[in-house]
Amino acid sequence: MFAEATETATEVVLSSGWFLEHAWVIPVIPALSFFLIIFFGKRMPKKGSEFGVASMFGALVFAGGAAYQWIQRVNGAPEGAFISPVVKTWTWWQNSGVSFGIGQHVDGLTVAILLVVAFISTLVQIYSLEYLRGDRRYTHFFASLTLFSAGMLNMVVAENMIQLILGWEIMGLCSFLLIGHWWEEGANSRAALKAFFTTRTGDIGLLTGTAILFFSANEWTTKTLGVSGFSIRGLSSWALSGDPGHAAITMGAIALFIAAIGKSGQFPLHTWLPDAMAGPTPVSSLLHSSTMVVAGVFLVARVYPVFFKGMEILGGSANFIVVIGGITIVIAALLAFVQTDIKKVLAYSTVSQLGYMMMGLGAGAWLPAVFHIFTHAFFKACLFLGAGSISHSSSHHSFEMKKDMGGLRKFMPITFGTWVISTLALCGVFPFSGFFSKDEIIDNVGHNGYNVFMYVGLAGAFLTAAYMTRATYLTFFGQPRGASAGEHHEEESHDSHAAHDDHADHGHDAHDSHDAHASQGPHESGWLITVPLIILATLALSSGFLNALPFGEKFENFKKWVEPSAEVINPTGIAYVVGGIGEARIASETPSEESGHSKSPCGTETPEQGVCAAPQLNHAPFKWSKAAMSMLIVLAGFLLSLFVCIQLYEKKNKKFVGLTERNKVLGFGYKLLVNKYYLDVLYEKIIVRSIAHPISAAVYWFNQKVLDGVVNGAGTTAKGIAGWVYRNIDQRVVDGAVNGTGSVAQGAGSALRPVQSGKVNQYGALLFGAAAIGALVLVIVNT
Amino acid sequence: MEVISNHNWALTVGTFLPLVGVLIMLFIPKAEEALIKSVAIATAIATLAVGIYTMVQFDFGNAGAMQFVAEHDWISVIKSSYYIGIDGISLPLYLLSMVITVLVMIYSWDHVPSPGNPKAFFILMLILQTGMAGTFIARDLILFFVFFELVLLPMYFMIGVWGGENRQYASLKFFLYTMFGSALMLVAFLALFFKTGAESFSIPFLIEEGMNISRTTQIWIFAGMFVGFAVKVPMFPFHTWLPDAHTQAPTQGSVILAAVLLKLGTYGFVRIAIPVLPEAAKAWAPYIGGLAVIGIIYGSLGCLAQTDMKRLIAFSSVAHMGFVMLGISTLTSFGMNAAMFGMVAHGLITGMLFFVAGSVKERYHTLEIKRISGMLLQMPKLGWILGFCAMASLGLPGLAGFWGEFPAILSAYQPAPGLSVNVFRAYMVIAAIGTVFAAGYLLWLFQRIAFGEPTAEFAAGHGHDEDLHDVNKFEWIAWTPLLIAIVVFGVYPQLMFKVLDPAVGVTLKAFGG
Amino acid sequence: MFVNQFLILAAVLFCIGVYGVIARKNAVLVLMSIELILNSVNINLLAFSMRNGSLDGHTFALYIIAIAAAEVGVGLAMVLLMYRNRRSIDLDELSEMKG
Repeated sequence: MFAEATETATEVVLSSGWFLEHAWVIPVIPALSFFLIIFFGKRMPKKGSEFGVASMFGALVFAGGAAYQWIQRVNGAPEGAFISPVVKTWTWWQNSGVSFGIGQHVDGLTVAILLVVAFISTLVQIYSLEYLRGDRRYTHFFASLTLFSAGMLNMVVAENMIQLILGWEIMGLCSFLLIGHWWEEGANSRAALKAFFTTRTGDIGLLTGTAILFFSANEWTTKTLGVSGFSIRGLSSWALSGDPGHAAITMGAIALFIAAIGKSGQFPLHTWLPDAMAGPTPVSSLLHSSTMVVAGVFLVARVYPVFFKGMEILGGSANFIVVIGGITIVIAALLAFVQTDIKKVLAYSTVSQLGYMMMGLGAGAWLPAVFHIFTHAFFKACLFLGAGSISHSSSHHSFEMKKDMGGLRKFMPITFGTWVISTLALCGVFPFSGFFSKDEIIDNVGHNGYNVFMYVGLAGAFLTAAYMTRATYLTFFGQPRGASAGEHHEEESHDSHAAHDDHADHGHDAHDSHDAHASQGPHESGWLITVPLIILATLALSSGFLNALPFGEKFENFKKWVEPSAEVINPTGIAYVVGGIGEARIASETPSEESGHSKSPCGTETPEQGVCAAPQLNHAPFKWSKAAMSMLIVLAGFLLSLFVCIQLYEKKNKKFVGLTERNKVLGFGYKLLVNKYYLDVLYEKIIVRSIAHPISAAVYWFNQKVLDGVVNGAGTTAKGIAGWVYRNIDQRVVDGAVNGTGSVAQGAGSALRPVQSGKVNQYGALLFGAAAIGALVLVIVNT
Repeated sequence: MEVISNHNWALTVGTFLPLVGVLIMLFIPKAEEALIKSVAIATAIATLAVGIYTMVQFDFGNAGAMQFVAEHDWISVIKSSYYIGIDGISLPLYLLSMVITVLVMIYSWDHVPSPGNPKAFFILMLILQTGMAGTFIARDLILFFVFFELVLLPMYFMIGVWGGENRQYASLKFFLYTMFGSALMLVAFLALFFKTGAESFSIPFLIEEGMNISRTTQIWIFAGMFVGFAVKVPMFPFHTWLPDAHTQAPTQGSVILAAVLLKLGTYGFVRIAIPVLPEAAKAWAPYIGGLAVIGIIYGSLGCLAQTDMKRLIAFSSVAHMGFVMLGISTLTSFGMNAAMFGMVAHGLITGMLFFVAGSVKERYHTLEIKRISGMLLQMPKLGWILGFCAMASLGLPGLAGFWGEFPAILSAYQPAPGLSVNVFRAYMVIAAIGTVFAAGYLLWLFQRIAFGEPTAEFAAGHGHDEDLHDVNKFEWIAWTPLLIAIVVFGVYPQLMFKVLDPAVGVTLKAFGG
Repeated sequence: MFVNQFLILAAVLFCIGVYGVIARKNAVLVLMSIELILNSVNINLLAFSMRNGSLDGHTFALYIIAIAAAEVGVGLAMVLLMYRNRRSIDLDELSEMKG
């Protein structure tokens, strides 16, 4: 279990440990707990939530152990060496000689995301203990939440694509169940359906992409590495081996990316994510901001070499990923300005941040993008939980900033403090965590030559600062309004989020803790809610220092622990060491001064011997000048937004109020944003409606009238022919003949009837007469 | 063929035991309903026990070979013999038919549809069981045909007597349509018989000899079989009998129809049409694949247009059997395995869905989707079971449906050598789009029926409270095994692939794997 | 010839029998006439059998006697029933079988 690195001339022995070797246990714990909750939850004193929280603690401990041992493993290895992942696999099923495994693939990325998921899940479950207290489906809620964690953790440790798909779809299911948690309201269940359906549309890509890659890679991976073409290790190495044909890997990468677009809410399939806010706030916080929605990003980061080659990342021109990421950043950020629902602001912010991650990955900034997953999870979860805290304790379950909030900083100091810290982190203000990840993405995107997208990123940073300022202003400053001021709207019960309230009406839970709040007025939430907030805010503040570039290489721990080295390795995963016997490392042709280590051929050329597991990537050196520029942009966004907010909401300045109605250009833009670029109209009203109504109706018409018509027609025709045959042939010809025979017989019968006198003597006479004639004939014939 | 096991009585007993039960039941007066039902269920359970014994004795290490083989002269005039055996392909379906029969009978204990008469109803189910089991073990074409047709009559009566309002039309359509297919199939069988020298109807013999028939002749013979089997599957455009039959059939009939009868068609393809006529199969494969993917999309769209829950599930069968046929049409063992798995998975899941639909009908007295809402509030267990089945049916990984669907899609990427790769890749994408539609119609169904508040018509205190009770005892007994099987096969698909794989390999010898 | 006498006897008996069957109205007499016919046949059979030195004729004759006995038994029973029902055994009255 302790670091034990032995370096010999040709190989490096890496340390391992129990937790690393048994990382597959991590998803199993919540999975078992899910069944415990389902079968015994209702009978437990805490209605099953104890299973959920305990299992998440267990998963967190295991994930922590695995992370610790992974760090040991990295620290024990020589500088820059490739740290082979801890891979385990068992046969899950076999089909015509191909065996599909289930197991674990643990490397830096895995442990980082495992840790995040287990950690946020734990906090959110604790938070939910208070937030959902008294909910009529309390047990169901914890069951779904726990199953979600199992699915996500399974996806993260997945050894192969099939296992990944398993986790991916389980998450989709839980997302469906949790968004539709209060399904009595039609709006919630529609949002749930939309989320599932949209991500499922993306999953077409996941299925086809996996198929394409499997059949293209299987031969090579089986021969070289002895693993199937589903294996993540196999796919990564295969992509960089020079074996794949251009078309196959490009198609595969595009297909997989479509899945990522669906799951990670990228343009143009992002529309489900804001609607998903219909779910309870802890769900939004866990699934729809910090963990599940990064699954798409994770997928790209997981099999990065496939995208690296397939999309020609660093190939000099813009690629599919970076373009989608860039578009997403801006369009989502703009949408955030017209939202009045605090959760929708955060939802669009999430979409925008996911755009950053995608753009980073598309531009070769793998490490900053992954680091952004890490930091974003903390501050965005914190923001959502903060929003939940407000609605829970102050605004009477409303999320309407304009109507029901305002001036809350005095009533909710802890929520306000954590909110501000997280907001600063989100905006990327030094030294909050967002700065070290988001700024790095922008910086590296520019460094890798994607200048346009660097400006897109900076514009995004400006917009982020501005809309977050607006949201913060509306929520915490100004005068309390609506529910926060103690009013109780009648119409609230029609609000989708207020479905929460209605539960008492259904009579399942006798006590309704919520009504108590109304009379109390705005106040700070209980410790089950504030403690997770404080923890998350602390991490939002501090987690950036894991990879704080400005402070020198000593602070670049995340890079050291997580980023795989682009070394040429032999197929067993052990690095060839320079100068060793049979050495295969090709001396770098264009040694890059900027990147800390020498350039390996991985990604750009085909290794002559051995395989690569990761492409060689560049890292932009940190420059205060660039950082200062982006800080200024953020500051500008902050100030401008603050100015507008004060004019608009505080002073009700005539120049600003109603501007969108007066100015045509602005009015058009506003209308476009309010209608969400009409994408929902396109999807729901045009595509889905046309499939669900006219097209399916047409198909059904075809089925009933044409196909069934043919069948029925055949039946009717056959019946018609039969009738004709019966009338004309059977009745006239055949039956005629039969009847003819009959009438002949009848005639003969009536003719002969007198013979049948009924008198025995006559019969006797006839008999003997006939016999006599017979005898006579006999005599004549014989003579 | 050598005799691998000397337990070769097991198959005969397993197949004909239900008829013994029928004989006993004939002597029981109609009025003794409980006794009649007990005897019928006991017979079915005894049959299942024989089936399980067969499975236990089955040599899994040698699943590719025919086991429990029995061969006796039967109709020597036409050189047809009583030749039976079981291998890895037949075993799961053989057992499935037995399990489904037992469960359906248990369900029927307090669900005998109007107009009653449990005696006749149970007798028909037992006869049906003999027909189904026999089809899966027959190794002689005439024997196969006899069993194949034996299934028709009881089903005809089940629909025609115990069916819904439009039962006459539906039952007649079912009967005539299938008969029409069977007639062409019989012609094909006879053509095959004479073309191979009129020596034997035994399938192994025909597999040996079938290759020597000229390609053109093969294609024509295959056409006959294709129509016969495609009607039974049913494949687009021969599917129109299915929605009517399902909608009108009693719940028990629907379950058996979906779970087992549809598989007779696909089984026929796998067991007879493809191995016997390899050249023709290759020529036909792209068209079969094409019809399969049309069926997937078409069936899904058909589902979206439905207002009746049972009819929707019936159309979903068309879509799901499309996946099965797509797997078969690739002519690779990968696809064939997927198809076989898909057949069993579809049997379990759609059978379950029809059970649920039956129970919904019994409680609400309607299946109109518009009129039902908020089932989860009134009957949470039934609602969640519906949700579970919908999830399984749309192919959620971890449940059985996925392992039929996903590998079938996968296999289309690389069909057997000689088939057009591009065409099949296009099929793959279309099939993948079909999975989205599946999610669409199933979740849409679930959302409208289970979520929301109960409609005014069925709200509490409107006279329906008595009927709207949650899942009862008999339903639990009948459903639990299916639900468990869906999870078990979903979590550990190897259980079935292990049995299927070698047998499929043997079947596809002619295609080089 | 020795045989001729037998044949003539048989022919005479036969004719009497035929007359009885055709002309008499009494059912019992008709039955007896049938007996006569049968026995005339018997005589013929025995005569030819003696002449040919074969036993076939005897066998047939014995067979016919047995049949005749049965026939008379059934016939008389019928006549008895007829009498019981109608108080008459006149055959002319029995014409229900008229076509």
